[in-house]
Parts: sequence; C-alpha cells; structure tokens
Amino acid sequence: MSQIIQRMDENEPIVRYRNITKSFGDHIVLKELDLDILPGEKIALIGPSGSGKTTIARLLMTLEEPTSGTIEVGGEMLWHMQRKGNWVAANEKHLHRVRSKIGMVFQHFNLFPHMTILRNVTEALVHVLKMPKSEANQRALEILERVGLKEHTQHYPAQLSGGQKQRVAIARALVMQPQIMLFDEVTSALDPELVGEVLDVIKGIASEGDMAMILITHEMDFARDVADRILFTDGGLIVEQGTPKDIFENPESPRLQSFLSRFLKGQSELQADTRIAAGTE
Amino acid sequence: MWDWQYARSILPKLLEVIPTTLAATFAGFIIACLLGLPLALAKRSRMKWISIPVTAVTEFIRSTPLLIQLFVLVFVLPQSFGITLSPFLAGIIGLGIHYSTYLSEVYRSGIDAIPRGQWEASIALNFSKARTWTRIMLPQSIPPTIPVMGNYLIVMFKETPTLSAITVVELLMTAKVVGSASFKYVEAFTLVGVIFFILSYPSALLVRALERRMKRSERRGLAR
Repeated sequence: MSQIIQRMDENEPIVRYRNITKSFGDHIVLKELDLDILPGEKIALIGPSGSGKTTIARLLMTLEEPTSGTIEVGGEMLWHMQRKGNWVAANEKHLHRVRSKIGMVFQHFNLFPHMTILRNVTEALVHVLKMPKSEANQRALEILERVGLKEHTQHYPAQLSGGQKQRVAIARALVMQPQIMLFDEVTSALDPELVGEVLDVIKGIASEGDMAMILITHEMDFARDVADRILFTDGGLIVEQGTPKDIFENPESPRLQSFLSRFLKGQSELQADTRIAAGTE
Repeated sequence: MWDWQYARSILPKLLEVIPTTLAATFAGFIIACLLGLPLALAKRSRMKWISIPVTAVTEFIRSTPLLIQLFVLVFVLPQSFGITLSPFLAGIIGLGIHYSTYLSEVYRSGIDAIPRGQWEASIALNFSKARTWTRIMLPQSIPPTIPVMGNYLIVMFKETPTLSAITVVELLMTAKVVGSASFKYVEAFTLVGVIFFILSYPSALLVRALERRMKRSERRGLAR
C-alpha cells in the first residue's frame, strides 16, 4: 500500500482538470479543459485578457465553481464528494480539507488592512492550523526575512509600497506550506519599477523546487525563466503548450504567433519610448 | 409668565428622572446593537428562507411607529400570551427592537463596503466561515460605522418621551405630572427641552468629532 502511494506521489499529477467548463450566464469562459499538473511543476499561463487563464486558477482555489467537469487535487475530488456511494457536491468541510493543499497570491494583494504585517502572516497559522502563537511568530519572521521585509513586521499594509505588499502576500501564502501555489497576475497592479523585486522573490521560491506553481502572467521573460511548461490560452481553450523554448522560438498556432508578436512589438515600442524619453533618440 | 423660583423648585424632580431616561436609552441601544448584527447577517444570507422573512419583518418594524409597537408589548402580550412586562422593561425592549432594524442597515452597509478581495483572501488561507467573520470581516466593517451608531444613540435618547405613553416615568411624564399639579406648564416643559438639549448637543458634537477623526485616518489609509 505504501509503495503504491509513493509511486503515486512521484508520477501522478497533483492536479487534474477533467473536461472543465465554466460559464457565466451565456458567456463561456473555459471550454472542456483538460490539464494535469505534476508535483513541483512550474506552469505559466499566458494569453490575452479574458482568455480564461485566471478562471483556471480561481476554480482550483475554490473561488469559482465549475459549471461542469471535475478537478482532482492529490488524488481527491475537489468539488465533489461521495455520500452513500453517490457523487454529490462537496460541502464546506470537504472543501476546507482539500483546499489546504493550495495557496494563492492575488493581483490586488488583498492583505488584511486592520492587521500588522506580522499578524497578516501569522493569522492563518494560529486560527486555521491551530499553531501556538510563539511558533507561528517564529515561522512568520523567518519567511518575512526571506522576502526581505523583516524590518516592517509591525507596520500596517497601508504603510508599505505595492511591491512590499505583494511580498507580504507571498509570505502569507507561503507560510501555510501549500503543495500548489497560484500566482494570479501578481505584478499587474504594480508600478513598473516595483515589478522586479516581486518577480525575484517568486524566482527564489521556484528555484527551491518542491512546490507546484501556476503563474498567470504578462511578463514573458519571467515566464521563460521560471516555467517548466507554458500554456497559451485564448477564447477559453488551451491553444498551445510546450517548453518555454517551444513556445517562444517555435510557436505553431497563428494565434500564439500574433499574440507574441504583439507583445514583442509592445516591448520594443516601450523601449523606444524610454530611449526617446532619455533623449538618446 | 415665567417664574424663576418655581422653575428652580421643580428642577430637582426633573433631574431625578434623568438616570431613568439614560438607563432606558442605553439599555435600548445595547439591545439594538446586539440584535442588529444577527439581523444584518440574516438579511445578507444566501439562504432565501432566512433572508426573505427576516427582511420582511425588519421592514415592517421599521415602517410602523414605535408607539404602536410599545402598545403591542404592553397590551397585547399580557392578553394573548400571558406575558406581563413592567413598563420600563417593555419600553427598553420596544426601543431596542425598533432601532435594531435601523442598526442592522448600518451594519449591512459596513459589511457590504468590504472589498471582495478580503473574502477571497480568507478562502485562499482556508479560514472557516466563522473565523472569516470574527477575524476579518467584523473588525473591518464595524469601526467605520461607529459615528452613525453614535447618531442613532442620540436619536434614541430623544425618542424616550414616547415611553411616557406606556407610563414609564421619564422626563416628559414627570414634567406633565409636575405641571398638572400647579397648572404651570411653561417652566416644566421648557426645562425638559433644555435638559434634552444640554445632554444631546454635546453628544452630537462628540460624534461629529469622532467622524472627522475617522475620516482623517481613513485618508491616511489606516482605517481601511
């Protein structure tokens, strides 16, 4: 039995989306999505706004319920449970248990404004994992040091910059030691000069290895550096997927090609603008 | 017309009932605060069999005069249910229930003002529903409502003369008794007015100051 479990741990996907469709009213956001994520795998989701990539993460975090299909986490159904031999919609207790394997960082940080930075990080340790306060503080301080915010522990979120807030949010999710971490456009709300410090922190976490990550991002260089696999979504479908090399050097589908060319054009325009602004052109 | 000496002689009688009036106000306010919160939660509930009846009842209470509700408590309860309340107790319960419907709206606006992201972060950190309310939602939604709550406290204080209709011996009732004993109503009623003003105006100023302070700290981004 233990051998079987071990084999599962090594080779089986930690997350399995099967035939997932999500619609809001008439609007279909995801169409019959199948996706497996291996333990420790780093996946980047790229694609135009409204292509369904954020919904993929939100379904896994249980922020949205799928219209149809199933999601498995660690071999267990997320949105369904068995009762008297029948599959029924998961109740709060079931969601609570399966959800503990997943963590998420949001575009708009969503820190708790009425708590200090330290309490933002310890609150779930104490009140969800029931950890003694002293131990929780210890763990929080270690993790805040790792994201470079040890000197801000007694400040409130409103006193920090966007980049600092996002690093707190990362620490807050990380301290719960999830097996899968979701990063939903975590630099989109930041001033350009603050993007780097946040991406560096995520790269550091990614290099440590064992946690699976889904990175929803518009930062192509970052996706190339961090991801094992890149998925390009458009119109509620995964249009193309592959290694960063495949995706950026040999995009096959016309939609990905035009998406990437638009992006590269945007970037070179940005660089041109900067050069003009700097008076070098 | 105005008899200073007479006014001075009846003042102690009026001052004597100030504690009763304040006690009714505060007791009623505490009931309203305690009852208002569950009402607000019930009205926001996604379970329609909770939210619809609770909304209907609170709207009914809010849209009917307090005086009628007091009469129900004093006259209908003993007759139909065999429950007899003292006038004072009936007064604070009536006042409390009536204003709980107003305070539930205040709580509701405070709760609705919390950004969606706070709920989502609470789910992502796997807080239970109960913890989400006690640790995340209520500590954020109640402080901004404190000035509005303060205003309702003052409104309730000014509403206490209604209790005289169910024979609670508060300021107005006492003034009426004193006045009718000597047929000098001017002094008695004027003094009642002055006493209400002296107590409620500074309180109103206090609430306004509190409101300004909260707006300032909100601008600094610390309140929310």
